[in-house]
Amino acid sequence: MATIETPAPQPSGTLSSGSRLFSLASRYGTFVAFLALVAFNIAVTPNFLSWQTLNVNLTQVATIVIVATGMTLVIATGGIDLSVGSLMAISGALAPMIFMGQFWQVESMAFAVALAFLLPVIVASLFGLFNGLLVTRFSIQPIIATLVLFIAGRGIAQVMTNGNLQVFKNEGFQFIAMGRIAGIPAQVMLMIVIVILASAMIRYTVIGRQIIAVGGNEKAARLTGIPVKRVKLLVYMISGALAGLAGLIVVARNSASDANLVGLGMELDAIAAVAVGGTLLTGGRANIVGTLLGAFVIQLVRYTLLANGVPDAAALIVKAGLIVLAVFIQQRADKH
Amino acid sequence: MQALLRPFAIKSSGDLARFGVILALVGLILFGALRYDNFLSPFNILSFLRYNSMFALIALGMAFVIITGGIDLSVGGTAAMASVVAALLSPYHWAAGLFGGMAAGFAVGALNGFIITRMRIQPFIGTLATMLAAYGTGLLLANNQSVSVSYDTGFTVIGQDDFLGFPIPAWIGLAAYVLGWLVLEKLPVGRHILAIGDGEATAGLMGLKVERTLAAVYLASGTLAGLAGVILASQFGAGQPTEGVGWELFAIASVVVGGTLLTGGSGSVGATLAGALLLAMVFNILNFENGLGWISLSAYWQSVIRGAFLLVVVVLQAKLMARHRAI
Repeated sequence: MATIETPAPQPSGTLSSGSRLFSLASRYGTFVAFLALVAFNIAVTPNFLSWQTLNVNLTQVATIVIVATGMTLVIATGGIDLSVGSLMAISGALAPMIFMGQFWQVESMAFAVALAFLLPVIVASLFGLFNGLLVTRFSIQPIIATLVLFIAGRGIAQVMTNGNLQVFKNEGFQFIAMGRIAGIPAQVMLMIVIVILASAMIRYTVIGRQIIAVGGNEKAARLTGIPVKRVKLLVYMISGALAGLAGLIVVARNSASDANLVGLGMELDAIAAVAVGGTLLTGGRANIVGTLLGAFVIQLVRYTLLANGVPDAAALIVKAGLIVLAVFIQQRADKH
Repeated sequence: MQALLRPFAIKSSGDLARFGVILALVGLILFGALRYDNFLSPFNILSFLRYNSMFALIALGMAFVIITGGIDLSVGGTAAMASVVAALLSPYHWAAGLFGGMAAGFAVGALNGFIITRMRIQPFIGTLATMLAAYGTGLLLANNQSVSVSYDTGFTVIGQDDFLGFPIPAWIGLAAYVLGWLVLEKLPVGRHILAIGDGEATAGLMGLKVERTLAAVYLASGTLAGLAGVILASQFGAGQPTEGVGWELFAIASVVVGGTLLTGGSGSVGATLAGALLLAMVFNILNFENGLGWISLSAYWQSVIRGAFLLVVVVLQAKLMARHRAI
């Protein structure tokens, strides 16, 4: 797993068996839980090993993973981004307006669709930049800085569409959710590419290391000459852009854009995936593959319960227990 | 002159922010009173207070939690669950509904306290989890639909009736705020809460019972959220398991607008009330403005305006803090 952290002093001497258990559980716990869930489903859930099951689960989890990847980067710097759901609503509202000619006459549909992909993501990343500026220029705590757009962002999307549902049918645009690349659903492909790029960035690039350093010890990072503010601006922009992309996928999948609903509660789903995936909320770590697994585990738990007749509400309670347990294990392991 | 101004003596940037929010509230009320005919009509004032008492109660609990340096994301889910519990118990006795709902909130608060003080999980993630659990429990109890309350036991009086010409929810809110003010400003535990927010380790070294105090604060926040849920059920005649989404963030916004810093260690009960009323009044003013007919802003604008409001406040706060640090 691609865990990269600021070098921690190696504990000297032998670990007690209890703490070794916690550190093992923290390193491989999410992965083991994932495997256990798969094994359990193969044994118990009818028709689990089918392409359809795989498709349903992957397409449902793709948007969460995409948003959670950006969230992982933000959290790695010690921040948090509550605005992602609202930014999804904004980009989801913008795209259909563009190719349905609400802003200007559509002359070439191909061009309009290209713009419908591009502009909303750019707008969302600019909103991310706004978040970043509040955090860096005014030293406003990330949770409050992004709360502004959490509240106002959905309002902006609702005002743009007057709260109306936009229904559309546009094959080109909906390729992002309905299409397939080499047999794999396009949104799943996007998810894979984004996860690979983000892990590679964290692991192999200077900026990736700088993100970790900023979250590990901001003051030390500044003193070593890392452009702390620029790094933070970048992660909030990435988070915004990825939220924008996820918003496009959601509306394309639904053939409709409802500013009241697109991305509702996504910030919490994404944060939960990050936490279950083993990235501590205190920063200094970015476990992108862990986040992917965390989202998978949460999705699989829900699927397992639903497929076996447990009501969705009970699945929420299980999800809550899962988050607490995962974070508890992480922290116990961290102490040793 | 000096002596006259003493009560308003501004000792810190926090005081200035809190003074500012009360000024802004007075300003907004004056603006409304001068611009709209019925703004200060008893009907508007009473319905404003009746509806917004729920949010004020939640903001009060949130203020205490934030003063300790924590956060409570579970309040919306707790209120929703408590509204269901209250509605389910309301056929037996109005008091069963009232205390049952509060007990539901108390239970979530206890769970939060345990997760945060015993398992040492960060409040943000711990209360995020209990929020999910509270929604799940509420939905299970309610069977995924809203639950009508009983109209025979007098349960609806709590949310709908008046006492001495004043809505009962407003009385409840007032009582809670007076109590909250006493606790924070006049009782030793208030000093302890502030000290813990300033630094848990230091507070612990001073011999304060940090864990017990923290747990009590989350218990209070949960119970107040439960009370808000009771009022919700009573006022609208139904327990609503899907209500409360985003309430936690509006409560946080109220507290922040009230000049309480998220870093903990300072804060004011009165300014929190002003912050909650200020954000609520934005919506009220918007309704009146639409009524004038000059403009027609949809209800959707209210969140944009609230967000802009929050933005102005936090940027001003940040500037004040920076200047204060510079001096």
